[in-house]
This record gives sequence, structure tokens and C-alpha cells, in this order.
Amino acid sequence: MKNKVTLTIDGETVTVPAGTTLRAACDLVGHPVPTLCWHENLTAANACRACVVELKGSRTLVASCSREAEEGMDVRTNSERVLNSRKVVAELLLSTSKSELAPDLLSLAQTAAADPDRFSGGATWEQPVLDDNNLYVRDLSRCILCYRCVEACGDDAQNTFAISVAGRGFEAHIDAGFGRALPESDCVYCGNCVAVCPTGALIGKTEWTLRQEGQWVDDNITVTETVCSYCGVGCQLNLHVLDNRIVKVTSPMDHPVTHGMLCVKGRYGYEFVQIEDK
Amino acid sequence: MPEIRRLLPTLDIASAPTSLERLRERGFERALQRSAAMTSQAIVAEVQASGIKGRGGAAFPTGAKWAAVLAASGEVRYAVMNADESELGTFKDRALLEQDPLGAMVGLVIAARAVGAKRAYCYVRGEYREVEAQMGAAIQTLRQAGWVGADTVDIEIRRGAGAYIAGEETALLNSIEGKRAEPRVKPPFPTTQGLWRSPTLIQNVETLANVALLFAHDVDWFRTYGTPDTPGTKLIGLSGHIEHPGVYEVPFGYPLMQLITETEMGHGVSGSGHLGAVLLGGAAGTFLAPDEIRDSVLDYGSLAKYGASIGSGAFMVFDDTVDLTWVLTKLARFFADESCGQCVPCRVGTRRILEFLQRGELERRPEDLRDLAQAMKDASICGLGQTAPVALLSILDRLERRTNETRR
Ligand SMILES: Cc1cc2nc3c(=O)[nH]c(=O)nc-3n(C[C@H](O)[C@H](O)[C@H](O)COP(=O)(O)O)c2cc1C
Ligand code: SF4
Ligand code: SF4
Ligand code: SF4
Repeated sequence: MKNKVTLTIDGETVTVPAGTTLRAACDLVGHPVPTLCWHENLTAANACRACVVELKGSRTLVASCSREAEEGMDVRTNSERVLNSRKVVAELLLSTSKSELAPDLLSLAQTAAADPDRFSGGATWEQPVLDDNNLYVRDLSRCILCYRCVEACGDDAQNTFAISVAGRGFEAHIDAGFGRALPESDCVYCGNCVAVCPTGALIGKTEWTLRQEGQWVDDNITVTETVCSYCGVGCQLNLHVLDNRIVKVTSPMDHPVTHGMLCVKGRYGYEFVQIEDK
Repeated sequence: MPEIRRLLPTLDIASAPTSLERLRERGFERALQRSAAMTSQAIVAEVQASGIKGRGGAAFPTGAKWAAVLAASGEVRYAVMNADESELGTFKDRALLEQDPLGAMVGLVIAARAVGAKRAYCYVRGEYREVEAQMGAAIQTLRQAGWVGADTVDIEIRRGAGAYIAGEETALLNSIEGKRAEPRVKPPFPTTQGLWRSPTLIQNVETLANVALLFAHDVDWFRTYGTPDTPGTKLIGLSGHIEHPGVYEVPFGYPLMQLITETEMGHGVSGSGHLGAVLLGGAAGTFLAPDEIRDSVLDYGSLAKYGASIGSGAFMVFDDTVDLTWVLTKLARFFADESCGQCVPCRVGTRRILEFLQRGELERRPEDLRDLAQAMKDASICGLGQTAPVALLSILDRLERRTNETRR
């Protein structure tokens, strides 16, 4: 097999290694496509369909996150059909879920000139917040069903398989099994689902509480890098500090050891650290 | 023209449907023997020469699919019979499996042999318990006759759990693997990466029954009916406002109006007695007006003129008193209920279409509906979302034509 393929994107010719996705190829030529469910460290779910592009000879548009580049492909990232689909995807999501904490969705809506009211007025995902444990909160009225959390909990990272999609159609939702509360589920509170959630539907309890109280101010948060001291693996921790208090722990998505994923001790052990300090 | 019986057994055949005697009487034993003496390549070449197209809805050339599986690399291969039949107005696989289950099963054995599959699955709709029992008995007969077994091909029945989407081929494969019946992104196609990522051939019941007939006879015999483009016969499920609803077998190229009027078939429109419209191809199909029905024959080329297709062979008749918007609302509910929920255009789009119709906004906001429909056709993962707005669009077009005419 050839190890390079040459294709055309918006009239520009580009040569990429075989196996490159159209999304990555579009990035290379400087015509990036918007994405919502795609995540650099997770298997492409190709569920949101925001990344569709027009491929000459294809009846439908194709999801650039998962379609691999092939020799001679002729791809358009800005045709009328592409722009319509992007706009409708944004409008449909805005009509169902709360978007204030979903920066990617908000920016898609803006670039696609989406009208948030066009498809609103019908059923939404408005539902009570699930506040059933001390570490993170599930506000599924923000969920866009991007599958990221399911993949992070499954074989892309955590291998716990505590959550999955249940129900179908408009009723499809993230579930910990039979509608159980998290403490009754298989969840081990690694928070890796929270780390990849793009909408704030999964959110640390501390952050959620501070946001409820109006105390969460992004600009006042400083980030300190450290290495987790619980074990010898060497996970980098980014401590997000607000008013001298650790309010969130993350790890960089490009860190060679963690790829952004941590365990419960690294991610949520900070309360313990702070109590000891006192 | 009277009804033809090739797929459906002729009325003089009295042997039990799953008996060895039936296997012989219908020529299926000959089909097995003839194909057993052929190489894989020769079998595939014969299927290609027959011109059989898939009868599950997409009308993909069957021989081309077999050739693709045969050419795919991989030690392990699978063959699958799709008996999930859940399209609205579609009950022809059920009739076929009740009346003559050995045909499709023999087709499956030949298919498995052709592509080198040692294991085959029959995926049957959960509600079809009697059909499932009948299939089991047919497999047993073939097992006893030595055509099915560990050293030839083993056939296992898998039962669906009541989801229309599980009939979509990649969702069906996920379901057999024990996963949620969510369609996969294509490519890769099942022909190269199907069950457990191995090359997999998946065909509709009726397609496989055609294969058995082909090998019981030959290409020339097979092509005596139908058109050069689409040889053979098709099972049509007649339902709705029709005097004699049921499953009828007709050759491709058959005039659509005769399906309704022939005394041996539909025997005329019931209800008001006047034809209003036909929904051809089920929920994912297209509404045809009486003049379009009069002008069309049962073939893909003829129907393409009206943006229609044969689909699974569902032919639902509505008299002229039926409010088609009411029918559309029923269809919209079906899609909203049956969407798997994986992708945004379909998960939310099917719900919004239902709401539009329930609020009576079909004619008030045609542009917004068209944008939504286009995005669903363009950006949905699978055929469900892609075809969910098709019937709606055929009505929108019709309304638009009417407005233009009155303006003129
Ligand atoms: C939503 C959906 C439902 C489907 N249901 C069925 C079904 O019940 N039976 C079937 O044979 N094909 C069904 N199909 C078509 C299959 O995906 C596939 O094309 C077919 O089984 C291939 O067989 P054929 O080439 O012999 O027609 C369905 C497709 C879609 C998109
Ligand atoms: S916290 Fe970890 S184990 Fe629990 S659901 Fe999220 S990813 Fe799975
Ligand atoms: S909870 Fe978050 S990560 Fe999970 S599917 Fe919803 S939006 Fe995506
Ligand atoms: S189009 Fe509908 S049924 Fe098909 S994958 Fe998307 S949500 Fe599921």
C-alpha cells in the first residue's frame, strides 16, 4: 500500500500520510472544520455531525472526524450543503440543551450563524440536576450526547464501563445502569468523564457549587503545575486555585503519562490535602 | 396478468414447508448439489450474471457484494440473513418464511459457501416467534440432510428485541455482537469489516430466496421474468385501502396500477373506492399520486422519475378521503420512536419534524422544514435519519406544485 495520499481540499492540493482523517487533512491546509464530539485522545464517535464535509461522488456528506483521506478525493469544507448541515446541527442542539458552559457549541453556533430560536419551542432536555455524590454533579440538561464520557469510562481510558447510552431517539441519555445513582453504580470517581465533557453536563461538585453561588470567576483562577504524590506513576496535576483554595484538578491532554486522565486520588484527593494543611 | 409464483410456492405443492420432501419438490436440493460442485468464483459469477439486486430496500447488486466479500482479506468470514423485517407495511419476508422457509435458508447456505463462511446467522424480528420456530425447523432439516453442520456451515438464529434500527445492517451486526443496536460509520463496509471486524455478507431473506431459485434453475430461467435491468420477481405487500390486502409476487416491470386493480391482486380500492395516494417503500418511502401510479411500472428507472423507489416492497394504498398530513404525522412518530439517538440530525430532527406536524406548521414554515430535511438527508449517520424526511418532502413538493398551479 502507498503510504502517502494526495487529495484536494477546497481546491488546494495536499499530500498526507495514509490513514490521516479528512479532519486532520483540513487542519493541515488551514481550513479547519468545527467539531463537538471529536476529542484528540478518544475514538471518534462521529455522533454530532458538525464536522461533515462534502465529498465529490458521495450521496451524503461525510463525517471528516472518522473518514480517512484517499487518493484523489475532492473535498469541500464550505459548500452550501455543508454550511446548512452545520447550522442545523447547532440550532437543533441549542433548542434542546443549555449551552452557557459549552464553548465549542457556542462558537459553532456563532460561525454557522445559527438562529437559536428556529427549532426551539418543542421538547428539551430540561431535567433535574443529579447531585448524588460529593465529587461531581450530573446536569444532563446540558448534555449533547457526544459519547465522550462513555468512551473515557470505557476502553479509551478508564476501562470501568460504568456509564453508557440508554434509551433511544430523543430519550437517549447517559446512564449509570438502570437509572442508578452513581454511588450504587460501578463508578470509581476517576473523573475522567468530567475531564472530557465539553458542555458542563458533568462538572466537579466544587465548581458546580461555586458557580451556583456566583463565586466562580474564571479570571481569578490560577493554575499551578505539580506531580501527583500519591503513587510513583508521575501524573502531572494542574491545580486550579481560586482564593487560595484548590477548586479543580486536571492534567494536560497532551501529557505523555496521563493523556489528561487521572484516578480518584489525583483528581479529587485535594480536599484531603487542604484539610491536612489546616 | 395473473400472479406469478416462483418465490412463493405454487398452490399444488402440498408437502410440509420444512420437510425434506419440500426441499426436493422445490428444486432446492438440486440448488445445493449444483452449487456444491462449483468453485466460489463460479458461484459469485453466476449470481452476478443473474442480475439479482438486494430486496431489503437498497437494491444493491447482490453479485457485486458477494465478490467484495470473496475478495476481502481475512481468515474468518460470516454470512447473515436479515429477517428483522420492521419497515411499515412490510410483511413479505414473514410470508416467505412461513410458506417456504427452506428457500431463504438454502440461499444462506450457498452464500456462506461462496464467501467461505463457516458460520452464519439468521437475525429474526423478535415478534416473529412462529417464523423463528419455522426457521429452526428448516435448519434442522438441512442439518439432518448434511448441508448444515460443523464441517459445512453452522447456522445460528439470533432474535431481535423490537427495534426497527436493528434491521440496518451495521446495527444488526452490533446487536449480534451483544452491543447496542447502533449503526456504525461506513466505510468500512461489512463486506470488509463486519461481524467482529471480519468480512461479512449480509442479505435480506427475499434476496437469499432468489439465490436458491437461481441455483435450482439457471441464469436464463431466472431472467425469463423481470426487466433486463432488474431481472426476476418481487414480493409486494399490499395494505391500506385495498379490497384484497396481502403479499403478491409480480415480475419487475409490472404496471403499478394493475397491482391495485387486478382481480387476482388488490381487486380495487376500498374505502371511498377512489385512489388518493400510494405510499411506496414504507415509512422511508415516497407518496405517489394516482397519475404517477398510472404512469409507473415496478422498476427503479421508471420510479426514479418521481423520486421514488421500491424499497422493501411496501405498497400502502390510501383512498381520496385520507388526510396525508395525518399519515405523515404517523410516520414522523414512527421515526422519532425508532431513531437510535446516536446522531444529532436524526435524534433531534425526527422529534422536531413530529412537533412541526403536530402543530400544523407544514405549510407555514416550508423553508425551515426543507433546511432541516436537507441536513437530515446529508448529515445523518444511517439510512433511518437520511430517509426519515423523504415522505415529508414528497408532500411538500406536491403542495408547492399545487400552489404554483393555482397562482398561474
Ligand atoms: C433503518 C433501516 C432498517 C432496515 N431494516 C431492514 C430489514 O428489516 N430487513 C432487511 O433485509 N434490510 C433492512 N435494511 C437494509 C439493510 O441495511 C441492508 O441493506 C440489507 O439487509 C442488505 O440486504 P439486501 O442487499 O439483500 O437487500 C434496513 C435499513 C435501514 C437503514
Ligand atoms: S468518574 Fe470515572 S468511573 Fe465514574 S463514570 Fe466517570 S469515567 Fe467512569
Ligand atoms: S455528559 Fe458530557 S461528555 Fe457525556 S455525552 Fe453528555 S455532553 Fe458528552
Ligand atoms: S440516523 Fe438515526 S438511527 Fe441512524 S445512527 Fe443516526 S440517530 Fe441512529
